[in-house]
Amino acid sequence: MKSVLSDKRAIGVLLGPALLVYTLVMLLPMLWSLGYTFFTGSVLGGFDFAGFDNFVRFWNDPNSGPAVLFTIKYALVVTIGQIVFGYLLALLYTFFLKRASNVVRTLVFFPVVLPTVAVSLLFQKMFEFAPQTGLVNSVLNGFGMDSVDWLGNPATAFVVIAVMDIWRAMGFYGVLLYTGVIDIPDDVMEAARLDGAGTFSLIRRIVIPLSWPVIIAAGIFSINGTLKVFDSIYALTGGGPGSATTPLTLYMYRTAFAGGDYGYGSTIALVLTIMCLLVTVAIFRSTARNSKEFS
Amino acid sequence: MTNTALASPRPQPVRRRRRTRSVLGKIPGWIIVALLLIVFVYPLVWLVLGSLKTQDEFLNNPTWALPENWLNFSNYSVAWESTAHYLLNSVLAVFPSLAICLLIGTAAGFALEVMVFKGRSTLLLVFLVGIMIPGQMILLPLFSVYFNIGLSSTLWPLIITYTATALPLTVFMMATYFRSIPREVFEASTLDGASILRSFFYVALPMMRNAIFTIALVQFFFLWNDLLIALTFTTDDSLRTVQVGLLNFTGQFGVVDYGPTFAAICINVFIILALYLVLNQRVMRGLAAGAVKG
Repeated sequence: MKSVLSDKRAIGVLLGPALLVYTLVMLLPMLWSLGYTFFTGSVLGGFDFAGFDNFVRFWNDPNSGPAVLFTIKYALVVTIGQIVFGYLLALLYTFFLKRASNVVRTLVFFPVVLPTVAVSLLFQKMFEFAPQTGLVNSVLNGFGMDSVDWLGNPATAFVVIAVMDIWRAMGFYGVLLYTGVIDIPDDVMEAARLDGAGTFSLIRRIVIPLSWPVIIAAGIFSINGTLKVFDSIYALTGGGPGSATTPLTLYMYRTAFAGGDYGYGSTIALVLTIMCLLVTVAIFRSTARNSKEFS
Repeated sequence: MTNTALASPRPQPVRRRRRTRSVLGKIPGWIIVALLLIVFVYPLVWLVLGSLKTQDEFLNNPTWALPENWLNFSNYSVAWESTAHYLLNSVLAVFPSLAICLLIGTAAGFALEVMVFKGRSTLLLVFLVGIMIPGQMILLPLFSVYFNIGLSSTLWPLIITYTATALPLTVFMMATYFRSIPREVFEASTLDGASILRSFFYVALPMMRNAIFTIALVQFFFLWNDLLIALTFTTDDSLRTVQVGLLNFTGQFGVVDYGPTFAAICINVFIILALYLVLNQRVMRGLAAGAVKG
């Protein structure tokens, strides 16, 4: 029996194509990118060997620091927002809407599958300042407040980006966390209620600790996505005003394709990859320690 | 004292009072739900209303005004003229990639989970790395290669790159689905004389139909909504996908032409909405499963 399931030729036929495509189009280019970091130039203009110049340049680049900071700020704010609002949704589904939650769940989930570009353009128009007064400014005017040039200021532009990406994804995290909250055994909740726990202490002492693993899993997934944000910012602000909302991904894209410097672009991409790796490892480490404490 | 004495013979008012209190207590909850629905539905309604307005209405009427002519579909005909071609490109790039990726991804998942050989858990981990790597890490070498072998003016760069970027999650999800099928199933089919390849095509694939469909749906949204890869590899207007086309839509006219822009966004939204109306439960389950397993 073993011999049939370990038939070398069959394994080759089944696994070969996927492995070949994956190696040629993902693994090899990854290593190739690492090689690019020691060169400067592009495919159109030719490459020159540069040694560690790109890394020195990244260290001294006045634009790289803000891009790293923006990436971190965006990832933190949006990840926390997505998880917190997603969790509030999950609680709303479980404890308030209960069986009726399906309709609300389905509606709030819809933006998750909408094209990012479509959502970005919609938000651009909603937060428009001029020539048309957008929806949000109209509401502000209705309350007697002045219009705000949302996308014209770095601080407010960041608010719009964060609001949009939380709006887009919170339905997803609502569903994801809902599965964690609903898995908590009813008798545990019942017992806590009989012991006199109110809704809030029930949530704080029973629901949150018991769904903590799901919260962490959702957090890892979220921060992995937010560190790599590109589509929504590219379509919404294009990194502006100036370069105030430029994350590393966008800075890399600009450097490589508008600036024609593949070597330096790859260096930026490498920094981003290392950040993703570090964050994932750090969260895994801390959760491993936590779950030991719990058990 | 007097209160309880009065209440005990007639318990009904107390119960009624408790019920009104619980109904009153639910009001904040319902306000939250109502706000939630407004925040999630109204922007989309506003978008659709906008797609029926003329440029004049956009600039002179308040933004929440209803369209003056509900049957003004001229924006849609303007938007459709340029969008139709982009839609075709998206279909031509996304569906072949989906088909290839699902076939070879399912086969790889089967090999990694059902078959027995050295180093398969390591290989699964190698595939897993691909989920985490940012796309920016592979774009430049791919661009160089596509440019050098002369694929730059075709849709092939998109098809190849989409297939590869969708592979890791497909392989990983398929492997976890195969884990839930007892290995005896395949042992039995080989005992009956089927080769392992035959069992894959005639036993495993039919059994996995549901799982494959779910993954196809999840990957469809990822690929259809992609901007980064499409933006990088479509150097020519005739190759643009829907997303890149939509992005360039506003630029095309110089001055923002609101009506057609809204209509173009609407067309994009309606396509996804049609799919979502039919398959929403499966989409939600599939995406959540992809996240937990990834």
